[in-house]
Amino acid sequence: MQRYILRRLLLTIPALFGVTLIVSAMVRLLPGDAVTIMLGDYGQYAKDADDLRAKLGLSQPFQVQYVKWIGGIAHGDFGQSLRDRTPIAHELAIRLPVTFELGLLGLIVSLLIAIPLGVYSAVRQDTLSDYLARSAAIAMLAIPGFWLAILAITVPSIWPWHKWTPPLRYARLQDNPSANLKQMILPAIILGIGLSGSIMRLTRAQMLEVLRQDYIRTSRAKGLGERAVIYRHALRNAIVPIVTLLGLNMAVLISGTVVLESIFVLPGMGRYLLDSLNSRDYPAVQAVVLLFATVIIVFNLVVDLLYAWLDPRIRYS
Amino acid sequence: MRSEQTKLATIPGALPAQASGRDQATSQRVRPFAVLWRFARNKPLGAVGGIIVLIMMLTAIFAQQIAPYAYDAGKGADRLQGPSLHHLLGTDNLGRDMFSRIIFGARVSIEVGFGAVLVGTGLATILGVLSGYFGGLFDLLFQRLIDAWIAFPALVLLACLVTIMTSKKTSSTSSIIIVAIVIGLIVAGGSTRVVRSVVISIRDMPYMESARCVGCNHLRIILRYVLPNVIAPIIILATVQLGGAILAESTLSFLGFGVKPPMPAWGSMLATSGQQFFLRAPSLAIWPGLAISLAVFGFNMLGDALRDVLDPRLRGSR
Repeated sequence: MQRYILRRLLLTIPALFGVTLIVSAMVRLLPGDAVTIMLGDYGQYAKDADDLRAKLGLSQPFQVQYVKWIGGIAHGDFGQSLRDRTPIAHELAIRLPVTFELGLLGLIVSLLIAIPLGVYSAVRQDTLSDYLARSAAIAMLAIPGFWLAILAITVPSIWPWHKWTPPLRYARLQDNPSANLKQMILPAIILGIGLSGSIMRLTRAQMLEVLRQDYIRTSRAKGLGERAVIYRHALRNAIVPIVTLLGLNMAVLISGTVVLESIFVLPGMGRYLLDSLNSRDYPAVQAVVLLFATVIIVFNLVVDLLYAWLDPRIRYS
Repeated sequence: MRSEQTKLATIPGALPAQASGRDQATSQRVRPFAVLWRFARNKPLGAVGGIIVLIMMLTAIFAQQIAPYAYDAGKGADRLQGPSLHHLLGTDNLGRDMFSRIIFGARVSIEVGFGAVLVGTGLATILGVLSGYFGGLFDLLFQRLIDAWIAFPALVLLACLVTIMTSKKTSSTSSIIIVAIVIGLIVAGGSTRVVRSVVISIRDMPYMESARCVGCNHLRIILRYVLPNVIAPIIILATVQLGGAILAESTLSFLGFGVKPPMPAWGSMLATSGQQFFLRAPSLAIWPGLAISLAVFGFNMLGDALRDVLDPRLRGSR
């Protein structure tokens, strides 16, 4: 077990290294740099654009910039934004809680939708309600989150009853919890709907598998109520592989927060990423991508270890 | 080791196909209509998906004939009209007929979807077979690259690659090809793993050893013995990924990184006319989104049902 953990931890290093290399090279291949974006249409009149580039360190060769940046990361220094010279670590510290909250709420919503629906669908296998539930699950995978988000923002502003528009100012959780939750719940539900499709389908498949097992027949035979059989015996065993799926879904979750944050104007990591990308703020993009990749990798590792803990039959070697 | 196996089981097509060959041998004569009818009876959801896909494909192929207007024809005077007999779904902010643009959008979606899956599975087959068959240092290094590729937030990768590959001079049609290739590159990352694991699972089979013993060279072994084992999971993977590729295209187009105008992509229709002019013409935000949902829904249902039929052991995975 310890050797397994050690090996997995060691494997994350080349992966993260690869991520930093890909992202650093890629952002520099994008047309234009931070200075041209800053100057905009007046670029041709600026005489000191190259001075600014030198000042920002953009005129150094790629390998020098990369090694400097990596060296900073190794010391826990994310560098400064090219746009406004603010420390990136500070920006991340403000924005991380927003994305974390959105992701967590989205995950909770998706489990609340997916697991009951999956169990219901498995118990009523091949009935009309099963078909409806399965269609709903595929629909949840198919409906784009950004479309739901647009409808959720715009439809309540024109319907004839109680008109509603989303608030323009973001309320922080620590300042005003109720206003914050009101603001977050809509994007969280949309995020959750997108995630729940695949979770529901796996729940159903696992439940079908487990419900055929001998110990389910035994627990029914000893006179246990159907509710206890399903929730205490079947679901408990069916839920283990779902944990793995959560790990695989982490990437989907992060992409979802990027899109939803920009539509709902939430000051999270995703919007910061898109803004930084548009202003060619290389160190900021690199920092956010590295952070996202770390989250994805660590989450998958934790999920794999959790898997062994939930199901003691699994032994890693 | 156990974890690797259990994890693989959640990836569609991760297990080698052996049973499918036997099934084909038992049914001697194939009557296409009987097969279709049985498929529809056993998999009603798949049949519904199939019908949606069929309608969408026909729409895409005959877009020129079905659409009442050209996708880029419009007068400013006609802008933001509601549904009428002249314009079934109304007009957008440039006065272009919404119905015609939705129809031509089907063509864009189909082109990008099929293109991306073709590029993705093609690359995945070549790289996965090489990586799994030869193993060694190449496999080790290449798999670390794939680790990084998969851990990368896909949306950022897509947006950056499309921006790098397009310039101001890129035409609308060639942007379709670029978007398809880029989505294909992302699709390839995960699929390579699947192909590789299938190849590894058969690499040490006795028939592989005997092939080596009779003196087959690597190329012959790969073509004769490895590829046939890989084909079934790849086909399944490709059908399941089509819906996702179409969804990815619409997300990219929505964020402004996708297909360039004037080609109508459903995602960009939502972003421009849908989001900005919603108050004056609410239906503009409804139709493109409905089209995306329906298309992805159809492809997903069909893909699932096909997977169940082709390889029952993968049922419910993903």
